[in-house]
Amino acid sequence: MAATEITLEVARYRPGVDSEPVLQSYQVPLREHWAILDGLTYVKDHLDGTLSFRWSCRMGICGSCGMTVNGEPQLSCATFLTDYAPGPIRVEPLHNFPVVRDLVVDIDDFMTKLPKVKPWVIREVQSPIEEGEYLQTPEEMDECQQFSMCINCMLCYSACPVYSLEPDFLGPAAIALAQRYNLDSRDEGADERRDVLSSPEGIWACTFVGECSAVCPKGVDPAGAIQRYKLTAATQSIKELLMPRSLIPRSKG
Amino acid sequence: MADYHDVVVVGGGGAGLRAAIAVAETNPALRVAVISKVYPMRSHTVSAEGGAAAVAAPDDTLDEHAYDTVSGSDWLCDQDAVEAFVAEAPRELLRLEHWGCPWSRQPDGKIAVRAFGGMKKKRTWFAADRTGFHLLHTLFQTALSYSDIVRYDEWYVTKILVDDGRAYGVVAIELATGRIETITANAVILCTGGCGRVFPFTTNANIKTGDGMALAYRAGAPLKDMEFVQYHPTGLPFTGILITEAARAEGGWLINKEGYRYLQDYDLGTPTPEPVLRNMELGPRDRLSQAFVHEVEKGRTIQTPYGPVVLLDLRHLGAKLIDAKLPFVRELCSKYQNIDPVTELVPVRPVVHYMMGGVHTDIRGATPLDGLYAAGEVACVSINGANRLGSNSLPECLVFGNRAGRAAAVFAARYHREVPASIIAQGRDEERRLAAELGRRVEGHQRIADIRTEMQAAMENGAGIYRDGDSLTKAAHELAELRLRFQHAGIDDHSTNFNTELIAWLELGFMLDVAECIIDSAALREESRGAHQRTDFPARDDDRFLAHSLVRRQPDGTSRVGYLPVTITRWPPGERIYGR
Ligand SMILES: Cc1cc2nc3c(=O)[nH]c(=O)nc-3n(C[C@H](O)[C@H](O)[C@H](O)COP(=O)(O)OP(=O)(O)OC[C@H]3O[C@@H](n4cnc5c(N)ncnc54)[C@H](O)[C@@H]3O)c2cc1C
Ligand code: SF4
Ligand code: FES
Repeated sequence: MAATEITLEVARYRPGVDSEPVLQSYQVPLREHWAILDGLTYVKDHLDGTLSFRWSCRMGICGSCGMTVNGEPQLSCATFLTDYAPGPIRVEPLHNFPVVRDLVVDIDDFMTKLPKVKPWVIREVQSPIEEGEYLQTPEEMDECQQFSMCINCMLCYSACPVYSLEPDFLGPAAIALAQRYNLDSRDEGADERRDVLSSPEGIWACTFVGECSAVCPKGVDPAGAIQRYKLTAATQSIKELLMPRSLIPRSKG
Repeated sequence: MADYHDVVVVGGGGAGLRAAIAVAETNPALRVAVISKVYPMRSHTVSAEGGAAAVAAPDDTLDEHAYDTVSGSDWLCDQDAVEAFVAEAPRELLRLEHWGCPWSRQPDGKIAVRAFGGMKKKRTWFAADRTGFHLLHTLFQTALSYSDIVRYDEWYVTKILVDDGRAYGVVAIELATGRIETITANAVILCTGGCGRVFPFTTNANIKTGDGMALAYRAGAPLKDMEFVQYHPTGLPFTGILITEAARAEGGWLINKEGYRYLQDYDLGTPTPEPVLRNMELGPRDRLSQAFVHEVEKGRTIQTPYGPVVLLDLRHLGAKLIDAKLPFVRELCSKYQNIDPVTELVPVRPVVHYMMGGVHTDIRGATPLDGLYAAGEVACVSINGANRLGSNSLPECLVFGNRAGRAAAVFAARYHREVPASIIAQGRDEERRLAAELGRRVEGHQRIADIRTEMQAAMENGAGIYRDGDSLTKAAHELAELRLRFQHAGIDDHSTNFNTELIAWLELGFMLDVAECIIDSAALREESRGAHQRTDFPARDDDRFLAHSLVRRQPDGTSRVGYLPVTITRWPPGERIYGR
């Protein structure tokens, strides 16, 4: 007979109260279509109201529910119990972040870094709305489309070996979002983003491990974004050796 | 300790972020803050799929958008609000375009538009089928460029502070630390979204618990048209995940277990291979969800462990179109249903989706309480009346977010920073209440999840797609009993940091208020209109009920329902005609 339950081993931790995280086991129903998240809400609703974790959309788009499942960063609402049967399944907070409580991590670091790459449209002249849309062909849109798919779920930071050693590193998602605007045909802000991206904490910190792209649930390919910007930056600095910055044509990312 | 801002926006979804930017643009000297129980880019706007309506095509007119909205609403909307809405929507969507929103384009680079349910012209702008995601991230990232907008991310608002008919701010808890703060302001804008979680089966995220509606209600502001709850005809069974109407706009068919396009039996037109506007699968949501119930009664649906379903057929659209226009639908079907819509039929059933009702506002976004504004799904202006048309909600968030922001900015600038002593005292009382609740230990208490599940069942049974006097009375009794049990509900978690059990308890309290308002408003509306279908009063009754219901909280905690006439400017009440 097929098992009807599966064990979740969930990391419990209250910093300042508990000396270290401990794994607590819970038996939850093993049902088709149940995500890890359904297992956790079952625990919260029926077994233990004190377990803390974040979730909202339960459809893989709000980016709230990143966790480490059997050692891998995952969206817990898009990862299913049956894929891990017969279990047990170990559920821990995302790595590389301070733990606030149980499965909840502190992502303030990312939230502070994000505005530094100016992830908004920058233009010398804003055309009035009355003049209608900035034209953009589907091909032009394709240039930045992939990097615009980031849901800020932080799985890439959790997987990134550089971020774990150098917390100042801007990190995969922030750089991908900078590139999302650099490569948008409506944007003229690449030069304003350049100093941050080309700084030691920017693209050059990345040793191209590629883990970020491997774990990204939305196919953003931050490693590709970083790689591409390295080429742009290298070309740009060679040009600068040859002529003053003010004469160099405006760059796209 | 009290923090002070000129304007406090509660909610960081589409409406809240738009409102905050509007305040910052209207008067850069004002200090504006956004308080949100989740990081703003996690707000539920992120899940919207299909698109946002605004007249763009050369063959379209504002009048036609207005007429579709008015007839879609079964004449319960306010036509002055609709006229303002359709006039300002194109501008708002263009503004989003200038801010970087990746709207899908035509080959020549212009904005592309698609068909949508109940709309006579193609006018729905879209960003593939992740419109809400792109719209929200564009707004959030643009808001980051306004460095003066202060954010309280992951703070939960528990109370609006009111003195002498005027709102002066809120009390909120910081989730990470449990810190409780009185945050005062000259104006408060509620942008807290809808309340789908009051029902068991919903497309709505976990956070959509109607907090703002209950906050306003408790503060003395009336809620309008609360009996009008939208069921979307196509949700995935079990999860309730939405399959966007865009799937039908691109040409998808709804079939029953006999492979028959059953909508033709319900006065929605005749089937054609290509989609026809305002016809069959492109009829309005209320009518499509009602047709499903009749199919169940006729035994023509398919029984599954998660209830009866019909089937959405997208196979004839082909992989290329699906990948270009509906990639998220394919991803969701494959992930959550193990189905590939390119080759397989998608099981779907009606699912609670949207709240037409909400906090009563005028067309500036102002509530009857001075200094309190509301916009987005939490508000009821009303452009949606008895039934919202798909893709009108995102532009509503922008148009009325902007309007509320501007109005609040003007209001806030009129006053000095003056906070009556009673407000500070109220804030302290609320802080004490929350601290006490956190520490309260109830032996053998009722579980929050049990009460919540029973409330949801009571709502589905009592106020589902079809209701009647008996079902509503029964639901009212059940809710009254649940309210008593709620007083004996307790929490096991007494720690201050990231206490999600305390939040779930507070949310349940809010949901019980909202649920009662829905039931009480529905019980008194003895007619059928739009999404409110009474089997005991099957006809629309314009003589008695061409009016908004307004439910107010009485001093003893009970509710009282009154009525307000509908504003009619140019479209006198008529028959809703689809497919003919
Ligand atoms: C699956 C789905 C698909 C949809 N698709 C479409 C579509 O294609 N087109 C369309 O027009 N409409 C669509 N809608 C409807 C539309 O998305 C919503 O009505 C709209 O996004 C609501 O936006 P909002 O800003 O009002 O609220 P939300 O985006 O829900 O934001 C609410 C905000 O309030 C905050 N909040 C709530 N309570 C509190 C509290 N107590 N304290 C602090 N903060 C609080 C939350 O943190 C959040 O930031 C869809 C809805 C769903 C569910
Ligand atoms: S790049 Fe991918 S993994 Fe990283 S935050 Fe964005 S969506 Fe998540
Ligand atoms: S809950 Fe939103 S991404 Fe998982």
